[in-house]
Amino acid sequence: MNLNRRELLKLFLGAPFAFAACRTDQPRVFPEGEIVGQSSDLGHILRSGRTFEVPFDRWETKRAVIVGGGIAGLSAAWKLKKQNFNDFVLLELERDVGGTSISGKGDPVGYPWAAHYLPVPFSENTELVSLLDEMSLTEGRDAQGQVVVKEQFLCREPEERVFFKGRWYEGLYLNVGAGDEDKRQFAEFQRKIDDWVNWRDTRGRRAFAVPLETCSDDTAVTSLDRISFTEWLSQNGFTSERLHWYCDYATRDDYGLKADQTSAWVGLLYFCSRVRKSGDESQPFITVPEGNGQFVHHFSAIAGDNIRRSQVVVSIVPTERGVDIVTLDGGELRGIHCERAIFASPIFTAPYIIRGFRDDPPFAAGEFQHNAWFVANLFLKDRPKPRFSKDFPLSWDNVLYESPSLGYVTATHQKGIDYGPTVLTYYYPMCHETDGRTKLFAYDWRQLADVCLTDLSRAHSDIYELTERIDIMRWGHAMISPRPNFIWSGIREKAVKPYRNIHFAHTDLSGVALFEEAFYHGLRAAGEVMNARP
Amino acid sequence: MKRAPLLFLNVFVIATCGLIYELLAGTLSSYVLGDSVTQFSLIIGIYLFAMGVGSWLSRFIDKHVAEKFIDIELAVAVIGGFSAPLLFLTFANLSYFSVVLYTVVFIIGMLVGLEIPLLMRILQDEMDFKDLVSRVLAFDYIGALAASLLFPIFFVPRLGLTRTSLIFGMLNAAVGIWGTWLLLPLLKRNVTMMRVKGFVILALLVIAFIKADRLTTLAEDALFVDNIIYAKSSAYQRIVVTKGKTGYALFLNGNLQFNSFDEYRYHEALVHPAFAAFSGDVKRVLVLGGGDGLALREIEKYKSVEFIQLVDLDPDMTRVSSAVPALGELNKHSLNDPRVHVTNADAFVWLDNVPTEPFDVAIVDFPDPNNFALGKLYTTRFYNLLKQKLKPDSSVVIQTTSPLIARNSFWCVMKTLEASGYTVKPYQTTVPSFGIWGYALAKLQPFERPQSPPHGIDMRFLNNETFASLFEFPADTSRPEEELEINRLDNQALVRYYEAEWRRFEQ
Repeated sequence: MNLNRRELLKLFLGAPFAFAACRTDQPRVFPEGEIVGQSSDLGHILRSGRTFEVPFDRWETKRAVIVGGGIAGLSAAWKLKKQNFNDFVLLELERDVGGTSISGKGDPVGYPWAAHYLPVPFSENTELVSLLDEMSLTEGRDAQGQVVVKEQFLCREPEERVFFKGRWYEGLYLNVGAGDEDKRQFAEFQRKIDDWVNWRDTRGRRAFAVPLETCSDDTAVTSLDRISFTEWLSQNGFTSERLHWYCDYATRDDYGLKADQTSAWVGLLYFCSRVRKSGDESQPFITVPEGNGQFVHHFSAIAGDNIRRSQVVVSIVPTERGVDIVTLDGGELRGIHCERAIFASPIFTAPYIIRGFRDDPPFAAGEFQHNAWFVANLFLKDRPKPRFSKDFPLSWDNVLYESPSLGYVTATHQKGIDYGPTVLTYYYPMCHETDGRTKLFAYDWRQLADVCLTDLSRAHSDIYELTERIDIMRWGHAMISPRPNFIWSGIREKAVKPYRNIHFAHTDLSGVALFEEAFYHGLRAAGEVMNARP
Repeated sequence: MKRAPLLFLNVFVIATCGLIYELLAGTLSSYVLGDSVTQFSLIIGIYLFAMGVGSWLSRFIDKHVAEKFIDIELAVAVIGGFSAPLLFLTFANLSYFSVVLYTVVFIIGMLVGLEIPLLMRILQDEMDFKDLVSRVLAFDYIGALAASLLFPIFFVPRLGLTRTSLIFGMLNAAVGIWGTWLLLPLLKRNVTMMRVKGFVILALLVIAFIKADRLTTLAEDALFVDNIIYAKSSAYQRIVVTKGKTGYALFLNGNLQFNSFDEYRYHEALVHPAFAAFSGDVKRVLVLGGGDGLALREIEKYKSVEFIQLVDLDPDMTRVSSAVPALGELNKHSLNDPRVHVTNADAFVWLDNVPTEPFDVAIVDFPDPNNFALGKLYTTRFYNLLKQKLKPDSSVVIQTTSPLIARNSFWCVMKTLEASGYTVKPYQTTVPSFGIWGYALAKLQPFERPQSPPHGIDMRFLNNETFASLFEFPADTSRPEEELEINRLDNQALVRYYEAEWRRFEQ
């Protein structure tokens, strides 16, 4: 795509800012870096529709095969290993497992490439709590039986700050300059959230909870899925601009969609599912420098021998005896006969890989649509200097109010490393674009780095001098998009059922991209495989 | 001749200026290098000797005496006028301050030494030698008296060293410029050029005088009553050392860390109770913070101590006592003791990452928790990390801000220590520069508070009576009834308490 700089910045950062940014010359120093990860070409081999013949001596037999090494696939592998079910392999397309929880190694600390925190689960989520126990992230239970996570893994204060009109303020909701009406609406909004937190259906189920499996299916709640979050706000009389921004930030952050693109049901899920009961604080976040990479490392350590990387699964063929899996392993075709397969890849790929799926589709896989993101890691030799002595200091999450990006997360924060080099992870969901994915892949490293640095320079004029390197990852299929009329449309019930001997396991099946959901589906599918009759 | 009386006025001004530069150099060097007797006698000696050299050199000037006189006047204006700012700047950035100092003193002395002989030669044709000598020398000595009276009474307290030096530079320049008119008949070369030169120098001095405020930041100017003798913005903080009537004071980011006048109270109370609470000989000591070396001075009084590990964030801080010799004297060069091992690291990160043998005593002496980066050093996480460096009977002491001004903050730290599994004995004392100041004495096992200071250790403040009273809390500083939060990494409650409590005392 041939855009000049102003057009590029206008597209990503908005016209007024682009105009302002282009008035000043390009900076003299521009850091090094490259596009990393995500072999989109590899993935797209699947779409070519080739047929694959595997030589007879290149077949092996396993009881189970897991296709996909994101959190769902890894969780399934973890569960199988824990149950002494060892006769399986996990096939991962990329060079590293982890999906959107992958991370980078660095000095002084690692850094995330996407997912970077997990809210402390409620004690009811026993499997997830047992994972945290196993990883020594916990130090016991409190008087109410709720899990107590060790202090060093709970997001350290100062947690969040927001940059608005030249200054940094504490928190995510912009308190500064809020009028009486803003304050009233914010209080009213919190009251509404509180009502939903306390709401229970006739069977005692919560309106909003993770995993989604435990939510109420009462239409009083699920009907909220038919409208957008913005519509819900309007219907409830919320007009405050900063409240709308706050909700829009929430949906962009968790779902990669603007509030007017997001189902009201998932919008409320964000605010309600992490609050235990009325008056409680939202559940604290578990985080470490490499983000959710810590879970990937743990799963890999346990299922390491069963994991095969750089495996392009080109065909999954349901047979009389079970399932045949065909992979491209470094240019060579190989085959695995297995009894059961766990399909832990994005659901939309199923028709391209599973033979026969397209001829008689059990569900409309095309409905599982993803949104695109780009993530940049900036390697800084030192911290940006505060412009005002009263500026709220560098926090874990640093958000720019006037930017379509989500700001950045500071990798060194959780380790208490407050001076010297650090890594900032910058997130940009392409939700302001129609066809964001195609556009995203039309830009090169230099253009995306320019967007990122120009965006951050509004808060940190020294960012060019401080950044020694900026690497960028383009996520073409970052997250499932929970648009209205998807989650409660009935499609998830169909997709969660096995197709012949193939069990689906992916966070897509919940309609939201959350660690808890991927984990839930991984464990569920692993359970189905283990309980299946041979 | 009419110009003679006016030239005597010149003598007066020159003499005043000359002595002012000498006094400036003496004051500065005794501030910075300490030991005022040595410094003043060295400065006076070098200055007078340099004047002698100047007088002797005057014989080599044969022609254009009046021009040379004006040139010298302007040279004194530049070098003398900028001497104090130059020395301040040099001090903050160079280690060979004394070389620059004595060179400047010598050059000024030599130029001043040239002035009077040249002036006498200019005047010699106009009056009797007898009259000339008596009047010139009389004005010279009157000028000296004026300088020595005005300098301590008016100039230093009102203008400070920098601006005093600049204002006398201006006077010198004025004398030079005025001379271009006064001595006009004697000037044979380009007079306009001389005047331009003179006015340029005068303008530079005036600009420097106006900008003198900006040499240090405005905040510092308002903040520090005393003269700044050392100022450095390190990678972590702004370090300022001042010298005033009561002594030397060290500030970090504008917050007083100690005043030499009463710091021994603070540091004796910090160190010795922890030693008293340890049964047996203390061999290994951990000091977190305390880069000024004053706690080390107290620790080094114990012969039994074999190893001291000091962890301070800022290398400029652990260097400050060698950069400011007066501070080196104050801490008895404690950082040079072979038992001391200095590591420059954030104590939080160091505790997390560096395994060591356990210590008998740990002294935790950080600045008050006025930001999140410091607040983390007072959390349950920090105290839990510290445990890994302790034995079951090790004793720990922590400076914990003022229980009078920041009562909730003080008791929040106590509660945090208890929540981390320590038995805590809070105590407090009076340090006039700070006010009522608090500490926590803590151990990982239950213990009785120590009854008396360790025997055989030389102390100025602690004796049996004061020691016993340390652990008594008057009603206005005792544990508050309201439920306080525990300071954790994920709430940083202490920073919020501290900010709320100290904000009441901000202007």
